[in-house]
Formats: sequence, C-alpha cells, structure tokens
Amino acid sequence: MADKAFDWLNPFASVNLGIATWADGIKQWAISNRELIQPVKQFFETVIVAIERALQATPPLVMLAILVLIAWQTAGRRGAIAVGTCLVVLGLLAPEAWGLAMTTLAIVIAAVILCVAIGLPLGILAGKNDRFEAAIRPVLDTMQTIPAFVYLVPVVMMIGIGNVSGVIVTIIFALPPLIRLTSLGIRGVNPSVVEAARAFGASPGQILRKVELPLAMPTILAGLNQTIMLSLSMVVIASMISVKGLGNEVLRAMGRLDAGKAIVGGLGIVMLAIVLDRITQGLGRSGRDRGHRHWWETGPAGLVTALFKKTT
Amino acid sequence: MTEPRRDAAIRVEGIWKIFGERSRQAMEAIRRDGLSKREIRERFDCIVGVRDASFSVGRGEIFCIMGLSGSGKSTLIRHINRLIEPTAGTVWIEGENVSAMGAEALRRLRAEKIGMVFQSMALMPHRTVRDNVAFSLEVRGRPEEERIRTADRALEMVDLAGWERKYPDELSGGMQQRVGLARALAADPAILLMDEPFSALDPLIRRQLQGTFMELSAELHKTTVFITHDLDEAIRIGDRIAIMKDGVLVQIGTPEEIVTRPADDYVADFVAGISKLDLVTAARVMVPFAAYVQAQGPQDTTGWPVGRPEMKLNELVDLAVATDHPILIAADGEPVGVVTKRALLRGIQGRDEERAA
Repeated sequence: MADKAFDWLNPFASVNLGIATWADGIKQWAISNRELIQPVKQFFETVIVAIERALQATPPLVMLAILVLIAWQTAGRRGAIAVGTCLVVLGLLAPEAWGLAMTTLAIVIAAVILCVAIGLPLGILAGKNDRFEAAIRPVLDTMQTIPAFVYLVPVVMMIGIGNVSGVIVTIIFALPPLIRLTSLGIRGVNPSVVEAARAFGASPGQILRKVELPLAMPTILAGLNQTIMLSLSMVVIASMISVKGLGNEVLRAMGRLDAGKAIVGGLGIVMLAIVLDRITQGLGRSGRDRGHRHWWETGPAGLVTALFKKTT
Repeated sequence: MTEPRRDAAIRVEGIWKIFGERSRQAMEAIRRDGLSKREIRERFDCIVGVRDASFSVGRGEIFCIMGLSGSGKSTLIRHINRLIEPTAGTVWIEGENVSAMGAEALRRLRAEKIGMVFQSMALMPHRTVRDNVAFSLEVRGRPEEERIRTADRALEMVDLAGWERKYPDELSGGMQQRVGLARALAADPAILLMDEPFSALDPLIRRQLQGTFMELSAELHKTTVFITHDLDEAIRIGDRIAIMKDGVLVQIGTPEEIVTRPADDYVADFVAGISKLDLVTAARVMVPFAAYVQAQGPQDTTGWPVGRPEMKLNELVDLAVATDHPILIAADGEPVGVVTKRALLRGIQGRDEERAA
C-alpha cells in the first residue's frame, strides 16, 4: 500500500486504497451484464421512437397550434402568446431547426415521464418517512452534483450509445428536484386538515389521494417544472453519446468552431425551454387563482364547454 | 363521582397518555413507584399529557371538559375516537371497546358514529363547502346523489343553504365553523366531539354560534363532549362539567355543584368570578322547614311568597323584593324549606350562611 516512507504530516500521499481500480470494476460488471439490460433497453427504445415519430409526423403548423392551445389552457392568454412567439422564432432559426427541436422534445418527454413514474412515489415516501428522507438525501445530492461525465461511461458500457442512454443520464440529473419538492409539498400540508380527514374515517390511501396530493400539488408541479428544465439542460451532454437533436448541433458546431451554428442550436434549446416552462408553470395555479373555476371552465376548453352548454 | 352508568354512551376508564420515546417504561415506573410529573420528565424525558382520567357521558348528555391551555383536554378528547393512542386505559363507545378495534372498524366508527369539530376548523381548502360537509360519506363510498342530499340538509341546519358551491376561503370565520359543525352533523352520528369549537371566533359570533349549537343540540340530542377554556361557555352549554388541570380531572359535576362546592382551591379560584344568580337553586340555600320552625317557633306563613326548590336565585330575588317576609319553598304543596333574605344574599355572594356567620 505505502510505496514510500510514511509521512505523518501528509498521510494521504502515502496511502493508496485503490478505490479507482475498484470502481473501474463497475465498468467491467456493466460490460459483462449487458444481456440483462437488453429487454429494458428495447422497451425504452420503443417508447422514445414512438414519441419521436408522433412529433415528427405532425406538420409543424399543426404542432404549433396544439402547443399554443395547451399553453392557453394552462397559462392563460399571455402564456399562449409567449409560447406562440417562441415557437415561431424557433422555426425561423434555421430550415432544419424544427425537426431537430422535435427530436429533442421527444427525448425530454420520455425522460420526464419516467422521472414522474419514479420520482412521485419516492417523493411521497420521503414526505411520509423521516428515515427514508434522511437516507435518500445524500443520494439526491450526489445525483445533482456528480459530473455527468462520470456516469456517462458506465451507462454507455452497459447500454451502448444512443437515445436510451441519453434518457437514462437525463433522468439521473433531472430527477432530484421532483423528489425533493414532492416531499416538501407533502410535509407542508396542514396537519390539522389531515387530522380532520382521519377523524372522519378516511384511510391512509384516501388521505393521500383526497387531501395530501391535492394540497401538495402546486409544490409538486414546481418540482415537475424544474425537472423539465434540468432535462433540457442535459441535451448537449447527452449528445456526446450520440443523441440526435438540437444538442447534437451545438456539439458539432463546437467541434468545428462554427459559432453561428452553435448559436442557432443554443437559441433553439432556449426557445424550447421557454415553451415548456410557460406551459408547466401554468399548471401550478391553484383553484383560487383561476377564480375557483374548474380547468374545463377556462381557456379554450372553457369556450368549447360554453358552446356545448348553449346548444344543449 | 364517575361510577359507570348503564346507559353511558361514552365511558373512559383510566386513560393515561405519556408522550416520549420511553413512555412504556415511564408508565411502568409510575405504576410501580408513583412518580410525579416532574420526576417522569427528569428520568424518562417524557411528558405526562393525561393522568388517569375516567368519566362517563350519558346518552344525549353534554359533557364539558374545561381547563386552561396545556391542561391536556385536547389530548383527552382525541382518545375518544382514538386519534391518539392511550398509553394505558380503555375507551368504550356504546358498549364497544374502541381500544381493541381493528383499522377498518375504527374508520367505520369515526365516519358513521362520531362527528368532530376543531378549533382550527380544519376545512379542506381545495373542496367546496358541500364536498367538505359530505367528506365522511365520501370516504364510506356513498353514491353522489345521497352525498349531495345529506350535505345540503346539514348545511340547511346551520343556516348555510345557498353556500354549497363556495370554497372555505370565501367564507367568514363564523361561517367556516358552521361548515365545520355541518360536517360533523352530516353523517347523523350519535356522538359529537367539539374541540374548542368557538374559541377562535370573536365574542359576538361566539355567542351566536353557541346559540345555534344549543338549539341544534336540543333538537338532535347528540351525546356531546365539549372542550373549552371558558367557564362561562361550559356553564352555558354543559349538563356536567369536568375541570382539568395538568392532565388530571380535578372535579366532575353539574355546573351548580362545581360553583357551590369546588373540590379544591384551584377550582374555587376558577369559579370565584362566576355569577350564581342563574346557577344556584333554592334547594341549595334554603333552611329545611322543620329546622326553621324548631329555631324560630311555629310560623304563620300566610302572605309569604312561595317558591319551588328548583327556582334559581334570580327568580327568588324577584319574589323577595315584593315583601318583607322570608320565602317559603314548597314542593307538591308541602312546605319543604325557607329562604331568608340573609341566606339569599349570601347565596348570591357564593358563601354558605353558616360558614359566613
């Protein structure tokens, strides 16, 4: 272990526990267990391809209209105008920009769906259980701060380059805020309301569904918003393992010192980020902000509902 | 004082609640060595919330638990529907042992037999008034049509018809607590638990709601446990009152008993400022007729005002001011006692004639 004379004042230089060598074993383990992961990879691949195909097959103007309508519904008229403007700018950046943006959007959507599937249950658990919260905290800290390049290699060794690896590294980086804010939201629910629900005979599951989740929803949606923004910020790094889309444009432009292309790719990511931010921020509005109307009573859906009410 | 009645709707037997990680050991130590509250805190780092509380509440009775904040009354009431698990002791509701119930039986009991009103109202801000009121029916899986019907009827009882579709934050504090009352009444439970329901309201609204509550309770005859820190409220509302101090039930009795015969100095201090006029009866201050005759010789009682034993001091004053004679107290036409002016004045003061003399 100690290859030179032990120095009491600088003990760290003369001790080598071989942690790097040991950790390199993870890579070996990943390579030798590649077969195990294949069905999972196949499933991810199918989902991503399906989402991307749907997004690419929709004509840009139709897609634009759909996104603007969604924004109008969730964030109101102002949000819709912002989203529409950003999408037009995105399309005008370059002839191929729209298609690349849809590829990126597909990766982000796939990653976010999986983040919700993993993060929501874990966040609820962390909100209810102090021990689990204490145990998961350092893990979340690690996920958020460890440089992506560190886990890029083992993931690629195990799964190979491509979209699936891209989604997995995105999840590692983007998952923590959803878990943290779900836990925070559940913990922030007024305990006297929960006690009242218990006093009127609600079971733990009913308390979760009818009281805790609805009251924690604004906080959870803030977490979802953060998760979406973080997954967008991963697209350039993910493009290093051959994920297509806007990130790849930036990466290639950097390689060729093509500032113009890099700016186009970068601006495209920003536009996409604003679009997703506006749409998801609007989701967090409480019933009171909407004037105590149901979601179907506002925005474009409200117009449709009103139309039906008049005709019937 | 607390002998279990046969028709008791709620019976609480020897409830102890000790908060802290080592509550079991603390309980054993108390049983073994009879440690005081302070010793428990020092040796086990535990807080004694309720100390050996026993009482029973008859069907249809309103039972007030009165104490200052921190006396353990809110902890005690939460044992009745087992929102808090006792460290020791048993709660019986209509002959059923609540402490032995499984989770599902307990949920059914809470949803169908017990309604609860909270000081903090604890309405659900994301639900309409109607959905708040119908909550206990919803968790039992009742059909929507029945939920709406029941909730609207309960809201009508508390004069909130027309507010069904509003949200709690659109209502004033007093109205919110009426929603809380409607929610407790919606499932038509046999028992009401009221945890300082009116304490957070301003005095005028508080009196109004006390009135609403008393009208409803005269009509519905719910067995009620009512927590308050306000002795006036306890006397106004309660059939019987329990005084709680430092986790111990110091005295249990009717308002008249509490006021005229306080069990210790603590209770005496509490009731000192209370007006006896509408509380103390003639039976309490009168001298038995036979004893009066023995002391004063045979009496010609013609022209004396006549009262009944259950008359309050206030009414006796009305009789007394019209004449110079003492008041004759008669039951079923037979004279049973005499209230002299002197005894009446001492009664209003809250002092017994012989002790004052």
